[in-house]
Amino acid sequence: MTTIAFSIPRPTYPTGVWSWITTIDHKRIGILYGVTAFIMFVVGGIEALIMRVQLSSSELDIVSPEVFNQLFTMHGTTMIFLAIMPMGAAFFNFIIPLQIGARDVAFPRLNAFSYWTFLAGAIMLNFSWFLGGAPNAGWFGYAPLTGEAQNLGHGIDFWIISLQLLGIASLAAAFNFIVTILNMRAPGMTLMRMPLFTWMTLVTSFLLILAFPVITVALIELLFDRAFGTNFFVPAAGADPILWQHLFWVFGHPEVYILILPAMGIVSEILPTFSKKPLFGYPVIVLSGIIIGFMGWMVWSHHMFTVGLGPVPNAVFTLTTMAIAIPTGVKIFNWLATTWRGSIDLSTPMLFALGFIAMFTIGGISGIMHAQAASDAQQQDTYFIVAHIHYVLFGGSIFALIAGIYYWFPKFTGRMFNEKIGKIGFWLTFIGFNMTFFPMHFTGLDGMPRRIYTYADGMGWDMWSAVSTVGAFILAFSILVFLYNVVTSWIKGEPAEADPWDARTLEWSIPSPPPEYNFAEIPTVHDRDDWWSQKRRKVERPGAPVPVAGGSGYGGVEHAIHLPQPSYWPIVVSIGLLIAGYGLIYNVAVIAIGAGIGMIAVYAWSFEPVNEPEEGSAH
Amino acid sequence: MAQAPAVPHGDAADETTTGLSHRKLLMWAFLGSDCMFFGSLIATYLVYKGKSISGPLPEDVFSIPVTSVSTFVLLMSSMSMVMAYSALTRGNIKGFRIWIMSTAIMGMTFLAFQTFEFRDFVQEGLTPRTNLFGTTFFTLTGFHGAHVTLGVIWLLSLFFYSFKRGGVTAERSLDVDLAALYWHFVDIVWIVIFTVVYLFGVFEGFN
Repeated sequence: MTTIAFSIPRPTYPTGVWSWITTIDHKRIGILYGVTAFIMFVVGGIEALIMRVQLSSSELDIVSPEVFNQLFTMHGTTMIFLAIMPMGAAFFNFIIPLQIGARDVAFPRLNAFSYWTFLAGAIMLNFSWFLGGAPNAGWFGYAPLTGEAQNLGHGIDFWIISLQLLGIASLAAAFNFIVTILNMRAPGMTLMRMPLFTWMTLVTSFLLILAFPVITVALIELLFDRAFGTNFFVPAAGADPILWQHLFWVFGHPEVYILILPAMGIVSEILPTFSKKPLFGYPVIVLSGIIIGFMGWMVWSHHMFTVGLGPVPNAVFTLTTMAIAIPTGVKIFNWLATTWRGSIDLSTPMLFALGFIAMFTIGGISGIMHAQAASDAQQQDTYFIVAHIHYVLFGGSIFALIAGIYYWFPKFTGRMFNEKIGKIGFWLTFIGFNMTFFPMHFTGLDGMPRRIYTYADGMGWDMWSAVSTVGAFILAFSILVFLYNVVTSWIKGEPAEADPWDARTLEWSIPSPPPEYNFAEIPTVHDRDDWWSQKRRKVERPGAPVPVAGGSGYGGVEHAIHLPQPSYWPIVVSIGLLIAGYGLIYNVAVIAIGAGIGMIAVYAWSFEPVNEPEEGSAH
Repeated sequence: MAQAPAVPHGDAADETTTGLSHRKLLMWAFLGSDCMFFGSLIATYLVYKGKSISGPLPEDVFSIPVTSVSTFVLLMSSMSMVMAYSALTRGNIKGFRIWIMSTAIMGMTFLAFQTFEFRDFVQEGLTPRTNLFGTTFFTLTGFHGAHVTLGVIWLLSLFFYSFKRGGVTAERSLDVDLAALYWHFVDIVWIVIFTVVYLFGVFEGFN
């Protein structure tokens, strides 16, 4: 035992800050993801509010055009990569092992690494505000606008490096969840018995591992252009000015489904539970999810209808885009059929889930409108598109994520939330959301362009813009109400039972919050919605929980559950990456330092056993 | 559960649903992802093929005989990788060391060829800044070279680790199996690059 790795003792902090830093428990990592993502959601929301204030009336001068560009870039990038995606990751982490009857994910340390690298990316992106200015070219960062000649300063560099870090984090997490879902299901849980949320996570993970390399390459090419003077996006050297757009949207459209499929999974869990009926058309919903994931690759050029690709590509992408509405519509009808004649319980999670269906359908319908290339030519780059994306990403993803937070809140925290405040919060969110974004359909069709910092008096956009701004503040207030509910309930809410909703899936068969080892005994699955049918068949639950040994410190040896032990190395690798990232921007020598730290930590990690044999072995 | 679940405690988590080990499944998922990575780089190369507005061009710099030699060496390294794995599973640790070292040496030979090739091209006036061909060529083959370099480090780590008692054993042959999967993948990518970039770049009939 000569290597450094072995001479540093394994961390064994049961509580406190270090226990969180070294944790590899999927539930704790899920909470870390969720809390960080929510903070980022608030940051992105504040950026949006500043823009709404600036646009509340014509010819205001509250922020300069330069700052406005940075605001909409940061708002988009933050909400997509730092809020919605990691909130999805929070649910993957907390819920997936519980739903499939596993004790952790397949690679617990890799999971911790994903979180810390995500945090590194979040730090890298947001600190750009204080290091000479944030990125300012939109969340899609169109080259050659982002080229060195057109975009001075480090803003774009921060954007590139942070997206690369977030990409590494997402890739590592997606590999982990693919292996976890395929390989760690409880006995009897065949693919077609998996809960819908697990299914959608699997599809999302496949989209992630196939889509992220494309943006990785595009970002590398852009970075090389900026740092080393290569010609990928330099039209003067003969480069194609729309190559970036193709690469970005080949990634960017699957990304849209990466954002919405987990939301669809969450809703597919909540609707049956609160309707007291099985999900209508389970196989069809699963298949639709897979088809959406597959067809998501065939529609990217609908983001480029006005580029001038010609009538044939535009017609083809119009058709494929309209076709993708079919599996989406199938899902919506199945969800409605799930609630049909159910005994519906309109609790807060259900309200948000129903709100999701309504809002997402509106967003879907406006999507069909600009799936038509000719119609899109009128709508491209107007507030109509802003309305559309917010109906699918806020009315869709965020509504479903909030529904999921309420639904699983008892499981996350072991406490119940305040139902009354939850309902008030829902109606405030619903009203604020529609008041903010519905008028954008009008201003958009009236020709109001997006991404402009102000507009002339007399265009007729003042009134609806003011309504949007008021709506945005109601929406922001509703998020405060939500936060108040979550925080106070987490601290002093009523203790939750194991299964407060009379729900259907395995995570509700264990106590709230789940013990560190999740399942005292790995369940055997006989049915789709196995927990529901177990309750109906009145089957005895397995006996007393099994004691746990290993690093967790619960005595007991004979029937020990070997839990993976905490580790220092995942966060050290992430710190190495962050340092190397700053080195790429400022100083080549620093790259070597960061890479060195990362390399040492990777070796230490590789040679560190998942469980220390001395402690875990039973004899 | 009255049906007496046939699940032993603790070790149940070690048995996987698919029968494949976690790490092997992870490796396959990673390689699928890496396909998209090289796919995007190769796509960029092909989009810009013939679009350079100044020389040097592929036919000016490529030497097919020389690159054929290094390609041959890299392909042979895949065979010695198979031999290394096979020796290990038969418990022949000495054979394993010889073959894994040969694999690493052949990988390093390939890298040496690439380094000299790059130096030659630069002397002939082709740098990543010169034209679109230079930009896409150096990036694509450079990232392949980086993959080979990582593979060589991995192979050498396994070689040195095999001197530690119980470091590399037939029972834990998966450690080597994963490195082999990666190594073969990197070879296959090179077959595509050699064909698409070198052969298509020089021979008229392919253009």
